[in-house]
Amino acid sequence: MQFVKEFRNPHLAEALLAQISLVAERIGRTRKNPVTVMEVCGGHTHTIFRYGLDRRLPANIEFAHGPGCPVCVLPKGRIEDAITIAHRPGVILTTFGDAMRVPGGSGSLLQARAAGADVRMVYSPLDALALARANPARQVVFFALGFETTAPSTALTVLRANAENISNFSILCQHITIIPTLRALLEQPDFTVDGFIGPGHVSMVIGTEPYAFIAQDFKRPLVVAGFEPLDILQSLLMVLLQIEAGDARVENQYARVVAPQGNPAAMAAIARVYEVREACEWRGLGQIAGSGLQLRAEWSRFDAEKRFAVLPHHLADQEQCRCGDVLTGRIKPPQCQAFGRTCSPDHPSGALMVSSEGACAAYYEYHGVGEAA
Amino acid sequence: MCLGIPGRITAIVDEQAMLAEVDVSGVRRQVDVLCVAEPGKPLAELVGAWVLVHVGFAMSRIDEAEAQETLRLLASMDELAGELDAMRNSARA
Repeated sequence: MQFVKEFRNPHLAEALLAQISLVAERIGRTRKNPVTVMEVCGGHTHTIFRYGLDRRLPANIEFAHGPGCPVCVLPKGRIEDAITIAHRPGVILTTFGDAMRVPGGSGSLLQARAAGADVRMVYSPLDALALARANPARQVVFFALGFETTAPSTALTVLRANAENISNFSILCQHITIIPTLRALLEQPDFTVDGFIGPGHVSMVIGTEPYAFIAQDFKRPLVVAGFEPLDILQSLLMVLLQIEAGDARVENQYARVVAPQGNPAAMAAIARVYEVREACEWRGLGQIAGSGLQLRAEWSRFDAEKRFAVLPHHLADQEQCRCGDVLTGRIKPPQCQAFGRTCSPDHPSGALMVSSEGACAAYYEYHGVGEAA
Repeated sequence: MCLGIPGRITAIVDEQAMLAEVDVSGVRRQVDVLCVAEPGKPLAELVGAWVLVHVGFAMSRIDEAEAQETLRLLASMDELAGELDAMRNSARA
């Protein structure tokens, strides 16, 4: 594959780690507290654990694992909405594999399937649309989730359904956006993260300009990063060099994929199909105003909420789970009472344990249960 | 879902519907190429291009020159680190 092996070169990784140590040592001379850098995206979290990058950092540098895993922030109530629709007569409910295992109030979509609902995993919304074409007597619903990375693909699928006049296809829209969420995190008084490793594939769509407020208003550096180990290490080094110099700028380490202006065709599709959903709930984080997307009225015939008269409803998070504290970098996964006891990848009670991009699942797989690092 | 896989466009399947075939590590699949198509240019120009595929959509062309530039920076940093090591060791000797 193109530029995958090159960005896993262990020799260069060692060189980057040596540079990181040098900068960390210089920062440590004038600063007592450790430096915390949040990787926003769950894909980065996965790379960090898979390659053990967190174990190779100097003592005064820490990663905080951010909220950028769409499966991990799926609220329970929304899973229930999907299950409700899946049980309606004649419905085929489709979604991405990870979403099927997230526990709702009465179980997961996988359990709904075991109970007789027709729930199917798809790789792409286009595959859900193909199911609708092939089953004109059934109602095919795509439970759409993800950040700006996948929002354009759902939007383009709706436009395609419209162009082909496919009337038995609809979307249960749970797309969310990262910018209001980062702002909400930064506005919390006890948010102590010093800099960000920015999400590469969200940025591929939205570009680098939307992060400017993080540098200007909140004086934190952000470096948009790719997903290979060298990408993460180089981005971390770039963040640390900025912190050392007292800078706060937006930089782009992932220029091979991310253009400063993002992807205009993808942004146009988002603007055409969605509008902002004001009340949007995140698992572990609660309501974040303006952080959701919903279909514009123009496309309401493809809106499963309208077609099945199901409105987003709220269910409280598990009480013993501290997903919110993990998502905001306040605690590490093993500091949660449920971690490895009542919550494991086989029996997740919090969504961070479901996806391989979730901090808890990654921690469990690569560090084990007993170790609190 | 969010990670994306690099693949190479091997053929245009349907110019009007913006569908192309992509080879991802030997697995071929139809993908939507609207987001990587250059307005006003025939899709055929995309054949051979490396793209990042997310959930059935080519979302970005992988810019080879930018990738080489990043690698060049990393390599020069590595050389610099080697020089610094040599300096340090030489001072100790």
